[in-house]
Amino acid sequence: MIKAAHKTGLVFFPAFDWAISPTHPEREERLLYTQDQVFEEGLFDIEGITEFKPDLVTTQDVQRVHFCVPDLWHVMTESHFISAGGAKTIGMAVMDKQVDRGFALVRPPGHHAMRVVHGCRGFCNVNIEAIMIEFLREAYGVGKVAIVDTDCHHGDGTQDIYWHDPETLFISIHQDGRTLYPGTGFPNEKGGPTSQGTTVNIPLPPYTSKEGILMAAKTIIKPILEDFQPELIVNSAGQDNHYTDPITHMNFCAQGYAELTRLLEPDIAVLEGGYSIEGALPYVNVGIILALAGIDYSKVKEPDYDPEKIRQKPEIARWVEEVGKITLENWQNRHLVKAQALSKNEFEERTRNVFYDTDGIMEKQKETLRVCPECSGSLQIDSASDSGHHILAVHIPRKACSTCQETAYRWYEAANPKQYDQVFMQDRVHKKYLQKKA
Amino acid sequence: MIIGLDVGGTHADVVLLGDEGLLKEIKVPTHPENLFETVLSGLERVTAGVDLKKIVRVVLSTTLTTNAIVQGKLPPVGMVVSSGPGLDPEFYRTGEDFFIIDGSIDHRGREIQPIDTDQVLAIGRQFKTRGIRFAGVVGKFSIRNPAHELAIGNVLQPYVEKIFYGHQVAGSLNFPRRISTTYLNTAVYPLHRAFYSAVESSLDARGLHLPIRILKADGGNMNFESSIDYPGQTILSGPAASVMGSIAFARPGIDSMVMDIGGTTTDMAILADGVPLLDPVGIEIGGFKTLIRSLDTASIGIGGDSELRYRNGNLSIGPVRHGPAMAYGGSTPTPTDALCLLEDLPGADRQRSFHGLEPLSAAMGMPVERAAAEIFELTCRKILEQAQQMIHRTNSKPVYTVHELREGYSVKPSEILVLGGPAPYFAKYLEKFSDYRVRVVPRWKVANAIGAALARTTCEVTFFADTERQISSAPEENYSKRIGKDFSSRKAVKKALKLLKKKAIDLGANPKYLETEVLEEMQFNMVRGFSTTGKNIRVKVQIRPGLIHGYDDLIRRISNRDQPGEGYDQSRT
Repeated sequence: MIKAAHKTGLVFFPAFDWAISPTHPEREERLLYTQDQVFEEGLFDIEGITEFKPDLVTTQDVQRVHFCVPDLWHVMTESHFISAGGAKTIGMAVMDKQVDRGFALVRPPGHHAMRVVHGCRGFCNVNIEAIMIEFLREAYGVGKVAIVDTDCHHGDGTQDIYWHDPETLFISIHQDGRTLYPGTGFPNEKGGPTSQGTTVNIPLPPYTSKEGILMAAKTIIKPILEDFQPELIVNSAGQDNHYTDPITHMNFCAQGYAELTRLLEPDIAVLEGGYSIEGALPYVNVGIILALAGIDYSKVKEPDYDPEKIRQKPEIARWVEEVGKITLENWQNRHLVKAQALSKNEFEERTRNVFYDTDGIMEKQKETLRVCPECSGSLQIDSASDSGHHILAVHIPRKACSTCQETAYRWYEAANPKQYDQVFMQDRVHKKYLQKKA
Repeated sequence: MIIGLDVGGTHADVVLLGDEGLLKEIKVPTHPENLFETVLSGLERVTAGVDLKKIVRVVLSTTLTTNAIVQGKLPPVGMVVSSGPGLDPEFYRTGEDFFIIDGSIDHRGREIQPIDTDQVLAIGRQFKTRGIRFAGVVGKFSIRNPAHELAIGNVLQPYVEKIFYGHQVAGSLNFPRRISTTYLNTAVYPLHRAFYSAVESSLDARGLHLPIRILKADGGNMNFESSIDYPGQTILSGPAASVMGSIAFARPGIDSMVMDIGGTTTDMAILADGVPLLDPVGIEIGGFKTLIRSLDTASIGIGGDSELRYRNGNLSIGPVRHGPAMAYGGSTPTPTDALCLLEDLPGADRQRSFHGLEPLSAAMGMPVERAAAEIFELTCRKILEQAQQMIHRTNSKPVYTVHELREGYSVKPSEILVLGGPAPYFAKYLEKFSDYRVRVVPRWKVANAIGAALARTTCEVTFFADTERQISSAPEENYSKRIGKDFSSRKAVKKALKLLKKKAIDLGANPKYLETEVLEEMQFNMVRGFSTTGKNIRVKVQIRPGLIHGYDDLIRRISNRDQPGEGYDQSRT
C-alpha cells in the first residue's frame, strides 16, 4: 500500500454553491472535475494524507491584514471566510505538527487582493495567504516567511501587502506583465525603501514551458530562498500556467507542476488561479498533492499531453538566464540599496491608481511611509474610489519602533473624520483595530 | 413469524418473533471452524415444534465472509485493471493474478485510450491454465462509462466461471477502493455461494423450506438469490444487527449512541433522531479499504472480559481477551470481575474474582473493593472517551458547499442505548460517570438477533447525467440512456427513484412500503468559453436503513415484558 513520505494535510473546499456569476471562470463547476479526479485516485485514503474541514476566519483575522471599505461585510461573502479559513486550518495543522505540509485546495482565490479593499479584482476580494500568514505570526510567533507565487498572473495583491515588510520574502513568477493582467511584476519592483529586495519578480515570456519554469525555479528562486532562510515557505499555487488554460498563454504541464512543488518544498500551498477546469486542474492538483506527500507522480499526465507540441523556443532559456541575472543582482545589492533609501527623506510618498477589474472600481491611493532606520515604518494610505468612498488607513507594522507608533497615532488622531467616510487604525503591535467616523 | 439469527464470536443468538412478540430466544455456541453447523443447529432448535408454514422470513447475519477476510483465507482470484494516467495501479495489487492493461476513460466518461483485446485474451488464457475460476474487472472512472469493463468481461467470459465488475459493486468514485471491493466480492463469492446453498439444501432436506435473507453491513437485508451477485455486502453485518436491534427504542427527536458491550469489544454507532448514520465511504477490513456500504460503527478493544494489567503505575484494559472472567471460570482478571465485587452477578464466583483482583489491588496500593470500583470506573470512562471521539470524528467530516458548512449540522447524542450480555450493569455505571441518560435495550441479550430479523431491505442508486454529451447512466443498475439537452436534476431524481424502487423490490423489499430518500442532488452548469454548454448532474438516492413495516405492535410487546428495570424507561412503552 502507498504511504506518504511527508505527512500531508489537505483542505478541500470546492464551494459548489458559490460563483462570481454563472458563466464566470470563478464558478461552481471550477473544482468539480478536480474533485472527481482526487476522489477517484483515492488520495484521501493514502496513509499520511489527512483531510481537514476548514474553519472560518474571524473578522479580526481579516482586520489584521486588510482595510475593507466600507466594511468587511461589503467585500466578503461566506465563501471568502471559508476559503481564507481553509488556508488558516492548513497553516495551523502544519504549525501544530499534525502534518509536515499542507495544501488548501480552496476557492475563491486571493493573491490580487491588496491591503486596502474596495471590491473584487482579478477574482480576489481578500488575500487568503496573507490572512493565514499574519494569523500564524500572531498565534505561533512565526518570523520570516517566504511566499512563492507560481500563478500565471503577477501576485500584485500579495506584493502590495508585503511591499514594506522585510520579514516576508515575496517571489512571483508569472507571464510577462506586458502581455497579461494585471500588467505589473517587473524585476525593478523590489519592495519599499525599508524592505528593499524582499520583493522579487520573475516575468517569463508567453509560451514558456516546463523547461523554462523549472530552470527559473532552480537557478533563481531556490538560491534566494536558501539565502533568506525562511521559517515557513508558502506557495501561492495558481495553476494557470498550464498549456490548456483559457485565459493565459503559457505551456506548463502537470508533470512540471509536480516537479516544481518537489523543488520548492513548500510547507503550505494554497490554490490560486487556474481555469482549465477539465484539461488541467484534475491532473495538476493530483500532481501537486502527490509531490507534497512525497509519492511517485511519474504517471500523472494529462490525457492529451505531448511534450513535443509545447516545447519552448530556444530564446526562452536565454530570457530566463537574463531575468535571473537581473533579479539575483537585485537580491545581492538589497542591503546597499536599502542603506541609500534610509539616508533620504524621513517620509516617502507614492501615489497610484488601482483598478478593480472584476467589480469595475477605480481607486486612487496616496501612501506615506515613515522611512525608519529602526523598523519597517508606519504608513498611512489616503484612498478614494469612484464608487464614492474615501478613507484614511493607518498601519503600524508588527515590530514598529516607538517613534513610528507615535507617528501613526498622531496621523490617526489628526485625521479629520469629516474629511473621510472613515479613518482606520491597524495597530499590529497592540493588536488594536480602530476606526472613527464623523 | 420471523427468525433472526446473528452469529457472534462466542455464540449465535437466534430469535423467533411472532405477532405475540418474542416467542423464542436461544443461544448456540459458535464453532468458528464450522459455521454451517452453528447456523443449522440454531435454525433447527428455534423451529422445533413450530408450524413452519407460518415462517415468512429468516434473516441471517454470519461472520462467514468477515472471518475469511480477517484470517486471510481467500482463494486466489484474477483481477484485470485498466487505469490510464494517475497513481500507479501496481500499488493496489491484490495478489499474483493481478493484471494491469491498456485503456483509459476520463472523468467525464470519455475514452482516452482503447483497450487491447489481444492483451485481455492472453490474460484469459492464463487464468484458464492457472485454474483461476473467478475474476474481477475494474477500470478507472468505470462508473462514468462501463464500456471498457464490459468489453474486457466479454473477452474473459469463456475462460472463467463468474466475473465481477467494478461499476456494479458501488456507485462512488474511488478507484483503489473499487479495486479492493471488486476483489473482495470475487474472492468471497465461492465461499458465500457454497455456504448458503448448503444451508438451503440442508434445510430443504429436513423439510424446512425457509425463505432466507442475508443481513448487510448497512443494516438492511437482501434475499439469498440477490446476495450471489453482491456477496461483499455481507461483510461485517454483525455490528449492524445490534444497531438495528436498538433503533426502535431510541427516544424520538434526539440523537443517541448505541453501545453493544461484548466480551472482547464494544461496538458503537450513532443514531440521528433514531436513524443510524452511514459510513460516508465504506467498510475497512483486514487492510482493505472498500466501497461497501455500511453503518458507521466503531469497534474498540474493551469488553467485559478484557484482560486487566497493571504496569508502570498504569492500569490497562484490553484489547486482549483470554477467555471468560475469573468469576466464570477464566484465568485472567477482567472488568467483569471488578463488577462482580460491586454488584450481585448471577452465577458468578465472587471468591475467584476477589483472588484474581488481589495482585492488581496490591500494585495499585488499595483494598480490593476500592480497586474494583476504580477499575470499573476506568473501564466505563474509557468507553465514554471513545464515544466522544466517535462523535467528534462524525462532526469533523468535510463538506463541500457553503450551505452545508453554514448549516453545520452536527450530532449531539444525549442518550446511550446499551445492549450485550452485561448491558444492565454497565448502563448503571455509564450513567453515573457521564451526562448521558443511559438505557438498556429491551431483550438486550438477543436484541442483535431481533435487529437482524426486523431490518428492512436497503439499497442505493447513483445516477449521473451530462447534457453536453447527452448521456445519462446508473452503471450499477446496467442503465444508460441518451438524454435531451433539457434534462434536469429533477428528472434525474425521478429516474433514479424509479431505478431504486425496482432494485429494492428485486432485492426483496415490500413494494408497498419503500422509504426512499434523496441523499445527493447536484446540478452544475458547464460553461465552455463564455456560454453554457450543458449541465452536469449527480444524484444519489437510497432506501434508508430501518425496520420493516407492520411490526410496531411486536416491538411494543418486546419492550413491555420482563424488563430489567435498571436504567430502562418504561414510560415510553
